[in-house]
Amino acid sequence: MEKKISILIVDDEESVRESLNLWFTEDGYRVECAENAKQALSILESDVFDIILTDLKMPGMDGLELLQRIKTLNKDSIIIVMTAFATVDTAVRALKEGAFDYVTKPFDPDDLSHLIRNATKQISLAQENETLKKRVDSLESVEDLIGKSEAIKLVLKEVESVAPTNSSVIITGESGTGKELVARAIHANSLRKFYPLVSVHCGALTESLLESELFGHEKGAFTGALYNRKGRFEMADSGTIFLDEIATISQKMQVELLRVLETKRFMRVGGNKEISSDFRVICATNRDLKGMVEKGTFREDLYYRLNVMNIHVPPLRERIEDIPLLVDYFIKKYCTSMNKPLITIEPAALKRIIGYQFPGNIRELENMIERAIVVGSGKKIVLKDLPFGKDTIDSSVESLDDFEKAFILQILNKYSWNISRTAHALKVDRVTLYNKIKKYGLKA
Amino acid sequence: MNAPAITILSFGRFERGFLEKISEVVMQEYNCTVTIKEAHVDISEYYDPVRRQYNGNKLLNEVASLNIAGNSKTIGLFSVDLFIPILTFIFGQAQLGGRSAIASQYRLSNERYGMPVDENLLLQRFAKEVIHELGHTLGLIHCHTPTCVMRSSTYVEDIDQKEAQLCAKCRDELIKI
Repeated sequence: MEKKISILIVDDEESVRESLNLWFTEDGYRVECAENAKQALSILESDVFDIILTDLKMPGMDGLELLQRIKTLNKDSIIIVMTAFATVDTAVRALKEGAFDYVTKPFDPDDLSHLIRNATKQISLAQENETLKKRVDSLESVEDLIGKSEAIKLVLKEVESVAPTNSSVIITGESGTGKELVARAIHANSLRKFYPLVSVHCGALTESLLESELFGHEKGAFTGALYNRKGRFEMADSGTIFLDEIATISQKMQVELLRVLETKRFMRVGGNKEISSDFRVICATNRDLKGMVEKGTFREDLYYRLNVMNIHVPPLRERIEDIPLLVDYFIKKYCTSMNKPLITIEPAALKRIIGYQFPGNIRELENMIERAIVVGSGKKIVLKDLPFGKDTIDSSVESLDDFEKAFILQILNKYSWNISRTAHALKVDRVTLYNKIKKYGLKA
Repeated sequence: MNAPAITILSFGRFERGFLEKISEVVMQEYNCTVTIKEAHVDISEYYDPVRRQYNGNKLLNEVASLNIAGNSKTIGLFSVDLFIPILTFIFGQAQLGGRSAIASQYRLSNERYGMPVDENLLLQRFAKEVIHELGHTLGLIHCHTPTCVMRSSTYVEDIDQKEAQLCAKCRDELIKI
């Protein structure tokens, strides 16, 4: 059940208390009244109110003093000060002391409704903010980094130690290993987590586009620059910028980037005003940056500026013990997003996946599972749901015999062990097929 | 709940047959008996010369003190401008879940806003206001449904937006009460 908004009315005039009580009760609020500040404070010691509507001029403690005392008791309460003696000075003072608003008696009925509506909006925003903060806190964002292998444990340990610092990080690893996830995990565990994480895929942009993307541009800076536009560095102020495929940037951009990283100041393209931004840099690459430095294609000074910490994300083939966990994770993820009942994977299919080399790493595994869920119709992912075609070579294949065995088994499975159809597909006669099945000890 | 007996207590001067029409609408909405009575009370003592309006709180207390026997709900109807100390004006007010309510037609007529006289519109507005205040005496609070008669109205335009009936939710609520 929705919690009723509670209002405490503090006024020495009985008629005012009665009127407001009646008005707010009719609106469905929980209302209590106090005839002076002392009584209000005593009520507030045992009860919490969302909104406190207090008169300014009261015998004994006045509304402003009460306001200060309430702020020490419950800083989240919204206080609205009302008075018949309105002056700009008292209004300003009340607001400076933390009052939400200030109204003059008598109110227009519409003003009162607006006032309370605004106050309740403020309350729900504050509650929403609190909930979101708690959710972000609990996210930790390492939840997508699945695995129990030593290799992934080492990555998680490194993320944990580097996250709270402000140091630049280079994440290396093959394509599809989850470098962006590592960057997200670092950001989500850093002190900058409430600020943006801005990603830039450097490899996808030409030099001039990347320049405008990173630094922003002023209106008219080039053809098509119809508006002023903030750059990614500006957007990442107080947060983190993630530069993916950093090895692809040109020599000119390397110089520009180095200067920005050193000064944290830059100008928009076509602009003449220096902009400063406080951001942390995380980069990722699947190339050997050190080798590029040695060859002279990547600036050494930029390399050392970026490479304060290096986290290497291992390829999937080096952490095969994580594959079953990842498969389970992706099955849950896609069954949920596709509104399908949760399915499992048959052991043979899982064995086939584990034996595969995964040149595309986790991305390839993820796509494989997504596809299997889309094309499969049963309660289990079976071999035929997996995209292992003729051109797929099993990693366990080390000889021609092994290859022939695996290939025949694949075609047999494809035709549900129908010997005639399999023999026809393999362009051999049935006897030859029987002999091969016997030779390799194949079983359905 | 049992159908309430309602008394309309006239404190003002109304057009002939006006209150009878109001009582018919109220009778239909609440499915109850409605009696019209004249209140022979001098309301001048409730006049505030500074605000040049009548004190709604005091008039509500006056209606409650008349203690109309044999009736569960009484609404005093006025043709003067009503206020409560904290608000510049009110169309009416009621004891939530109590026995008494008041309402005034003063701010409901078109001519007060420089518009042509429209007796039918005045009747509709006043009927809605009477049903609304009686709803409070029956324990209903303001409703957020735009067309429900229990929706809070600050201006006559707000009254025109709603209908002279309770929404399904308020009707259910009334049964529970």
